[in-house]
Amino acid sequence: MAQMKYYYELTISSSPHVHSPVTTQTIMRDVLIALAPALIGSVYFFGLRALTVTMVSAIAAFFFEKLYCYLMKQNDKTYDLSCIVTGVLLAFVCPPTIPYWMIIVGDAFAIILVKMLFGGIGKNIVNPALAGRAFMFSWPVAMSTWVKVGFENAANPLNAADAVTAATPLANMHQGLLPEASVMDAFLGNVGGCIGETSALLLLIGFAYLLYRKVITARIPLAYIGTVAVLSFLFPMGQDRITWMAYQLFTGGLMLGAIFMATDYVTSPLTKLGQTVYGIGCGVLTIMIRYFGGYNEGVSYAILIMNCCVVLLDRIGRPVKFGAPKKEAAKK
Amino acid sequence: MAFSFFGGIHPKENKWYAEEQKIMEFPEPDILVIPMSQHIGAPCKPLVKKNDLVKVGQKIGDNQGLCVPVHASVSGKVKAVEARAHSSGTTMMSVVIENDHQHTLCEDIKPRTQEEVDALTPEELMNIIREGGIVGMGGATFPTHVKLSSGIGKVDTIIVNAGECEPYIVSDDRICQEYPEKIISGLRVIMKIFGLNEAHIGIEDNKPTAAKILRRTIGPDGGITVDVLPAKYPQGAEKQLIYAVTGREVPSGGLPAAVGCAVFNAATCMAIHDVVYEGMPLIKRVVTVSGDITMEPKNLMVPIGTAYNDLLEAVGHSENPYKVISGGPMMGVTQYDLSVPTTKGTNAITILGHANKFSVEDSRCIRCGKCIDACPMKLMPVLMYKALYTGDVEEMKATNIMDCIECGSCAYTCPACVPLVLAFRSGKQQIRMAAAAAAKK
Repeated sequence: MAQMKYYYELTISSSPHVHSPVTTQTIMRDVLIALAPALIGSVYFFGLRALTVTMVSAIAAFFFEKLYCYLMKQNDKTYDLSCIVTGVLLAFVCPPTIPYWMIIVGDAFAIILVKMLFGGIGKNIVNPALAGRAFMFSWPVAMSTWVKVGFENAANPLNAADAVTAATPLANMHQGLLPEASVMDAFLGNVGGCIGETSALLLLIGFAYLLYRKVITARIPLAYIGTVAVLSFLFPMGQDRITWMAYQLFTGGLMLGAIFMATDYVTSPLTKLGQTVYGIGCGVLTIMIRYFGGYNEGVSYAILIMNCCVVLLDRIGRPVKFGAPKKEAAKK
Repeated sequence: MAFSFFGGIHPKENKWYAEEQKIMEFPEPDILVIPMSQHIGAPCKPLVKKNDLVKVGQKIGDNQGLCVPVHASVSGKVKAVEARAHSSGTTMMSVVIENDHQHTLCEDIKPRTQEEVDALTPEELMNIIREGGIVGMGGATFPTHVKLSSGIGKVDTIIVNAGECEPYIVSDDRICQEYPEKIISGLRVIMKIFGLNEAHIGIEDNKPTAAKILRRTIGPDGGITVDVLPAKYPQGAEKQLIYAVTGREVPSGGLPAAVGCAVFNAATCMAIHDVVYEGMPLIKRVVTVSGDITMEPKNLMVPIGTAYNDLLEAVGHSENPYKVISGGPMMGVTQYDLSVPTTKGTNAITILGHANKFSVEDSRCIRCGKCIDACPMKLMPVLMYKALYTGDVEEMKATNIMDCIECGSCAYTCPACVPLVLAFRSGKQQIRMAAAAAAKK
């Protein structure tokens, strides 16, 4: 062999040799940034406890994933931040008065049972945060105690017992009544509810950020919110269709669910048609549960049910490959 | 009229590194290693022995069948005929020539006048192109005379590929700016062989100077259209280029001739001009030597057989290279032995620093679907990758793995850094092996 002039430690790999700056970690970081306005809003509305609950939940989720990886001798993938997103989202769908131990149990369920036992990131069938919430309804009272918004709670920020309880707009609407709060209050988030779900405005700001960063496409949220809008407009429980529709859109977990939960990559369909059907399905189920269900909120169960259909929805609307024979193209 | 193909990506072009560098004649090295296979098809058999004297442009290897000859790039003495490392990662029978720096031209090399060329029949022209050792110089190295002869009667649209969508590479851009008349003249030879009066040149809109110069060279009614296409990777991929220029889809598993198209690289057109008009076979080509850690990126006219080491030395680099790639960063082949020679298909050598490291251990698909949006073949890489894990060949086939053009758009986009292209190569291999096993039974 010829004498080599230089010797370098060269790396051999398959092409491509360059990569887009977008990685799982940057995507999850963008989701966290998009959730930040809603978190800041909830601290304003519910007091500092909203922040501490969210922090505890995020740290617990991180801890449980690390613990699982350590015990099961698996590669530690916590650096991709997906567990933090799960922790924050779980806190967002709990009332601010939730006891800390309860949300930690919820995190353990979400991370260990729903995510890691199915194979970790990318393998879970249902959204871990929503499944964790569903599990936490084992304590229905704690999960459906709603506090009144305002500074009386902020006075003693970390003590849940002092909070003044109140009904949420959805609870009123479940009985066919228009809520006390105005539509504008519902839109801004000046109503009772879960930590992260009340302010439609701040969630929409997060939505705009995610669209701008191309983390998600608008397809699923638009199909979802659009379906809810159309159905509540067509079948109002009251005199004013428009007001009824606005309350349906801006109260409860619809915005949070449609923007941050239903768009979870892992548990949503891959094809454009599949995503559209998935969004519509979420919308129909949400309205069904809100109208006819025993409980007044339908978003989380609607998404969980549609999560289970994803494996089927992946089969529709697949792209026809480039240069496919005419017959095959026509068939599809 | 230009169409936009589905999918594609916009990687950092990084063309500015070498964009402004004029093509420079690379000083002939003392030792050249000329591999006997620089094309797709049967390797050549060496026609020279150790200690033979060779002249510039002398045929030193040839064979029957799907094969084009190779020629000596310099004059001198044959030092050895043996297997040497090759940029594909294997070893290859090669002729090693010790350069005597005398530039003694082979007697066979005679220029032709325009009248002489006009008198040649298509068959004679194709034979000249074969004897000149011309192959597709975009990297695929398919023998050009075969593409020509198999396309006669079927081809109604000739497309010159000056797309050059790979980051860093600017060799085609430079030859379009510096030797436009050679490209047009080579293209006219192709048009004559096919008996067509029209042709297209596909070029990306990030090379406006080259497009302007080509248009100026063609003149107002030259029959050749310069189609400026939006810069998008992989615009230079054959099937995507045909679609972008004509709107025709090459059928799955088929050749461009099936939709009446034939695509030639700009550098190939230039080589055709050289062999037809100047009698000079393909012994030199323009190589972009660039990369993010190069001190002085260059475009060099390099004699075929020059070692990568010499070219690395010519540009210099600011840190120890992380990867040295034959070709561009999207589809190129990484090298481990820098004594390998440049070949007819080497359009660039890309030298990347450690900042380009992105591979992760245990990468996990997060089902984001970005690969589906990126795939220019409208495949679903996420499902192809999943099918690979079943190990079931039929399932892999059902996901159309064989249609993958390995452009790397999916793997570039994948946030989880899943080595998709590597996986699909392995999948294709498994399908081929299963087919071979079935054929044996």
